[in-house]
Amino acid sequence: MEVESPKFKEKARRAIADEQLQRAMGKARIGFVGKRKKAVEALPEFEELRSSARAIKDHTLAHLDLYLEAYERKVIASGGQVHWAETAEDARRAVLAICRAAGARTVTKGKSMITEEIALNDFLEEEGIQPVETDLGEYIIQLRGEHPSHIIGPALHLNKEQVEEDFRRVHTALPAGRDLSQPESLLGEAREILRPQYFAADVGITGANFLIAETGTSIIVTNEGNGDLTQTLPRVHIVVASIEKIVPTLEDASQLLRVLARSATGQDMSVYTTLSTGPRRPGDPDGPEEYHVILLDNGRSSMLGTEFHEMLRCIRCGACMNHCPVYHAVGGHAYGWVYPGPMGAVLTPSLVGVDKAGHLPNASTFCGRCESVCPMQIPLPRMMRHWREREFERGLNPATQRFGLGLWAFFARRPRLYRLATALTIPVLAGLAGSRGRFRSLPLAGGWTRHRDLPAPETRTFMQQWRDRETRKQERSAA
Amino acid sequence: MKEDTKKTPRVGLFVTCLVDLFRPTVGFAAVKLMEEAGCTVEVPMAQTCCGQPAYNSGDREDAAAIARQTIEAFEEYDYVVAPSGSCAGMLKKHYPSLLKATSWEERADAFSGKVHELMSFLVDVLGVTSVHARHEGSVTYHDSCSGLRELNVQKQPRQLLATVEGLELKEMPNADVCCGFGGTFCVKYPDISNKIVEEKTASIAASGAETLLAGDLGCLMNMAGKLHRQGSGIKVRHVAEVLAGMDDAPAIGGGGR
Repeated sequence: MEVESPKFKEKARRAIADEQLQRAMGKARIGFVGKRKKAVEALPEFEELRSSARAIKDHTLAHLDLYLEAYERKVIASGGQVHWAETAEDARRAVLAICRAAGARTVTKGKSMITEEIALNDFLEEEGIQPVETDLGEYIIQLRGEHPSHIIGPALHLNKEQVEEDFRRVHTALPAGRDLSQPESLLGEAREILRPQYFAADVGITGANFLIAETGTSIIVTNEGNGDLTQTLPRVHIVVASIEKIVPTLEDASQLLRVLARSATGQDMSVYTTLSTGPRRPGDPDGPEEYHVILLDNGRSSMLGTEFHEMLRCIRCGACMNHCPVYHAVGGHAYGWVYPGPMGAVLTPSLVGVDKAGHLPNASTFCGRCESVCPMQIPLPRMMRHWREREFERGLNPATQRFGLGLWAFFARRPRLYRLATALTIPVLAGLAGSRGRFRSLPLAGGWTRHRDLPAPETRTFMQQWRDRETRKQERSAA
Repeated sequence: MKEDTKKTPRVGLFVTCLVDLFRPTVGFAAVKLMEEAGCTVEVPMAQTCCGQPAYNSGDREDAAAIARQTIEAFEEYDYVVAPSGSCAGMLKKHYPSLLKATSWEERADAFSGKVHELMSFLVDVLGVTSVHARHEGSVTYHDSCSGLRELNVQKQPRQLLATVEGLELKEMPNADVCCGFGGTFCVKYPDISNKIVEEKTASIAASGAETLLAGDLGCLMNMAGKLHRQGSGIKVRHVAEVLAGMDDAPAIGGGGR
């Protein structure tokens, strides 16, 4: 997927003017926040769970190599294979090799952000293999040739009327008079279309929410059951997961599961939590004949030990974007790559470079709501600021911005001069505004006054007035 | 302070640059509230800005220089108080991390312990439970982000507002959602900032209150500017002005449409 993050401002402007998108986002703004709040309030120990979830990941990241190797041994012992992929290209090649060996023409896919990250669908299609997305949201955006706009709700940017239109356009074999006005009927139709695909597919590809070192197990959570069908019906199951998905034990995973769904959708648990350990064993009623895990690094190991280390705790619940006023305003596509919202603003520069993704960590008010709801207590605003520091060090900010900041800092570091300069200019500004008390426009303040008035200074600066007050006080006591 | 057994607390007022330049009334209101609560308030002249414009633009060097200058100017006081959650948060939470592992680390930590946002200082430190003020009419209160999430300022202003005679508090929906100001954010990303403040002014209007209050002048100027541009008649004030009974000054951005 091409990195379009340099066009963030332009994409954001278009998103704000897009009425369909704003209608869809309007619902998202309300829905997620209230559901999470309710779920958290119903669980008195939620804050403690957050701390212990964080501790589990901190411990794991401190011994990442150890747990990954232990995991690999367990996968092999249960009859599966592990493929280490340093880059996205390595991962794509590994998937292709497995598909080729299986003679695959069609692969079904469970919802997976990591396969978005490595742009697997486009690659497979180029190689003559048809990927079929089975998650309803993913299926919809695949029909539309789009990318997910949210990490857990890929079609969040759409309204159901738009989906109905797409289904009527694509599912031409179905009777024209059918009712598609309800979400349930849309889901029913997608299921009907997808059902035979599960049986036709030679390979099923899923991501993983967690990998368990103790047992060699991969875990996915879904609400539609499509993941189960994807990983049990085809002859070959491929799990694509990034290295930070590992946790030591099943007990650890169950702790993390307690915060995951509550933070994401406000559910106590997702409808399906599915554990896979190796291929089908003799006597198993179902399951794949082959089980492969592709472990992807793609730049993550270089985040270890840096100021972005803590980002690797992320469990992809989406709570940060669900609570982000900027995400609410512009939606996910404006961010220009796979990961939107606050987590994307930190992760994207790590994975594609801050020279391309520089807008993302800058487009934040630092309101801190993301950090306050993050189940893993990731200091997202702090890390966005670190990206700004890296940009500043490399001189990537626009020249006008640097000049303005430099001029301001020159005065701010010289209190006497600052007081003199402000004492001269502020009364002039106040005079210009007159009794109206505000400006509709002002030279050099266009960024502000394009959308709002600028309240004018009252009269003189506080410091001027305070000095007068102190002088009067002294005169009174002297008299 | 109820009694004279303790020595009078000496407070250094960190005015904040926006209050200094745009809204001195807020500074005088803060002084009045603290003097009435038994403090001696002084205003060190060697202060300018808390340094957030540099800090949040990735310019650590200038931010650290301003931090050192501010610490030096305020070190002698028992308390350092700012009528802003954002600036107080910068002084209290971010100076220590900015000066960590430098020769100023200890001074920054000691300084941090003395810093308070005005509402929190009055209620949590001085134990003020009521004010002597009158304000006829209804108000709604916006929780500014830094004060709310970095310093837990939420109940304190409401507690004091409840003791203002004639005042009715009408809560708005989503009072704790950002107004879209974000310092330099609002001029770097004006369209996004505008979208966010439009959501906010809709919430403010939904409250049905005549006056909007908050504890941070940046947010207040942003919301006042938008309300005026929209032709709203809702007046905007810093919460300290109402608590100090100084609501006779013209509202932020002037009154009327």
